[in-house]
Amino acid sequence: MKYLCLVYSDEHLLHSLPESPKDEECLAYAEAVQGSGRMLAAEALESVQTATTVRMRNGKLSITDGPFAETKEQLAGFYLIDARDLNEAIQVAGKIPAARVGSVEVRPVRQLNP
Amino acid sequence: MPDQTIADRVGQVYREDSRRILATLIRLLGDFDLAEEALHEAFFIAVERWQRDGVPDKPRAWLVSTGRFKAIDALRRRARFAASQPLLIAQLEALEQVEWSDEDVEDDRLRLIFTCCHPALAADAQVPLTLREVCDLTTEEIARAFLCAPATIAQRIVRAKAKIRDAKIPYQVPTLAELPERIDSVLRVIYLVFNEGYSASGGTELIREDLIREAIRLGRLLMELLPEPEVMGLLALMLLHESRRPARTSASGELIVLDEQDRSLWNAELIAEGCALIERALGMGRFGPYCLQAAIAAVHAEAATAQATDWPQIVGLYDVLLRAVPSPVIELNRAAAIARRDGPLAGLMLVDGILQRGELLDYHLAHSARAEFCRQLGRVEEARAAWGRALELTRLAPERRFIEERLRELDRLPSP
Repeated sequence: MKYLCLVYSDEHLLHSLPESPKDEECLAYAEAVQGSGRMLAAEALESVQTATTVRMRNGKLSITDGPFAETKEQLAGFYLIDARDLNEAIQVAGKIPAARVGSVEVRPVRQLNP
Repeated sequence: MPDQTIADRVGQVYREDSRRILATLIRLLGDFDLAEEALHEAFFIAVERWQRDGVPDKPRAWLVSTGRFKAIDALRRRARFAASQPLLIAQLEALEQVEWSDEDVEDDRLRLIFTCCHPALAADAQVPLTLREVCDLTTEEIARAFLCAPATIAQRIVRAKAKIRDAKIPYQVPTLAELPERIDSVLRVIYLVFNEGYSASGGTELIREDLIREAIRLGRLLMELLPEPEVMGLLALMLLHESRRPARTSASGELIVLDEQDRSLWNAELIAEGCALIERALGMGRFGPYCLQAAIAAVHAEAATAQATDWPQIVGLYDVLLRAVPSPVIELNRAAAIARRDGPLAGLMLVDGILQRGELLDYHLAHSARAEFCRQLGRVEEARAAWGRALELTRLAPERRFIEERLRELDRLPSP
C-alpha cells in the first residue's frame, strides 16, 4: 500500500539545530529506502519563500506569492513509499533524518475510482 | 424439547466464545465490521443448521468457518469493488480448514487488544474500541464508564475502525522492542474494564463478575508476555480488590463499606497472591501508579481489623501517587485517608478545595465524602445537602439505597 510521508519543520530551525541532518545523510537515507524496494519518489523542497499558490475560482485563475497558508512548520520534502502496512510505513518515516528536527505526517494514498 | 436445547446450546457458545471467535475472524478478514457481520450471520445460521444436522464436534471451528464463507459472500455482494477485494476473496477461499488450538485463540485475543490500543489511533478511541471489540460492552456501558455521551463514544469507535481500515493498521502483537510503549494503553484499558465490573456505573448490579473475570484474565495473559512491574502492579491491584468482593455486598445486594466489611470473608488466597506480586514488583525498582495503588490495597488487605489499618502509611503512599498522577480522584481518595489520620475537618477542607476548583462536581463519591465528613462534624444540614447531591448523581441501585439509608440516619438523629 502506498503512503505519502510529508516532512514538516520550522524552516528557520531545519538546518541550524545540532541534530539537523546534512544533505549527505538525507541522500544516503533515500538510497537505503530505494534499496529496500519501498521507494516510489522522494524530494527535498526549496524554501516556502519560493512557493506560489494557485487557485481557480469562478473560472478565474488566482496566483499569489507564498504557501497556501502561514503555518508554524512548513513542508520541507516528501517520501512516497510502498509499504506492507502502517507499522512498516511508520518505521520508514521515523528514520527519515529530518524527523529528528521536524514532524513526518504519514498518510495512505487513496485509490481513485475510475 | 430438542429445539429448545439447540437454541440454548447456541446461546451458551455465544456467551462463552463469541469474543474469541470474533478475534479470529478479525485476524482472518482484516476488518472489524466485516468480522462482526460474519459472526452474527454464523450464529444465526447455527440455530437452524444445528437443529437440522445436530451440534458439530467442534462448534467454534464450525462458526469460524461459516463466518469466513459468509464474509466472502458479503464481499462479493458489495456494489463498490475496491482493488484489493478480489485478492482478499481469493486469499479467504484458499485458506485451509481453520485450525483451532488454544494458543492461537489466546494469540488472537492479544493481537486484537494490541491493535485496538495502537498509538496511531486517537487516544480517546483506544479504550472504547477495546471495550467494544474485546469485552463486548455496549456503547451505553462504555459511555457511563467514561462519564460522557453515548453518541461521542460511538463516533470515536467508528473513526478508529475507519482509521484501522484506511491506514491499514496491521493486526499483530508488537515486537519486543515496541512492547514497552504499547503496553501503557493496554494497562489503561484493562483497568477500566475491571473498574466497570467492580463498581458498575448503572443498572441494578453493583458488581459484574464477567467483566472482573475478563479483566483479570487479560491481566494474567499480559503478565505471561511481559512480567514488568506495572503489569504486575495492575494484576496485584485487581486481585486485591477482587479479594474483598465476598464482603462488599450483603446477601440482599446492599453496599457494605470497607470499615464495616467482615474481613473473614476476604479471599486469603487472592490476598496472598496479590501481596506477593506487589512485593516482587516493588523490588524491581521501576514501579509506577499501578504498583502504588496496589501497595495501598495491600496495606488494607494486611489489616486484621478496620481499626488496625495503617493510615499514615496509606497517606504516604497517596502522597507519592499524587505526585506521579495529579488527578482529582486520587486527591479525593487521599483526602479520605487524611481524614482517618487527622480527623474529618482535615478531609473536608481538602474535598472542598477540589470542588471549589470546579473539579469532581458531577462525581457522586466527592459529595458522599463531603457528606460523611460533615456528618462526623455534626453539620447535619450540610451532610443532608451533600448526600442529596450524591443521590442525584448515581444511577446504581445499591448505591442509591445506601445513600437513602444515610439520609434516613440523619433524620433519626436527635434534634439539637
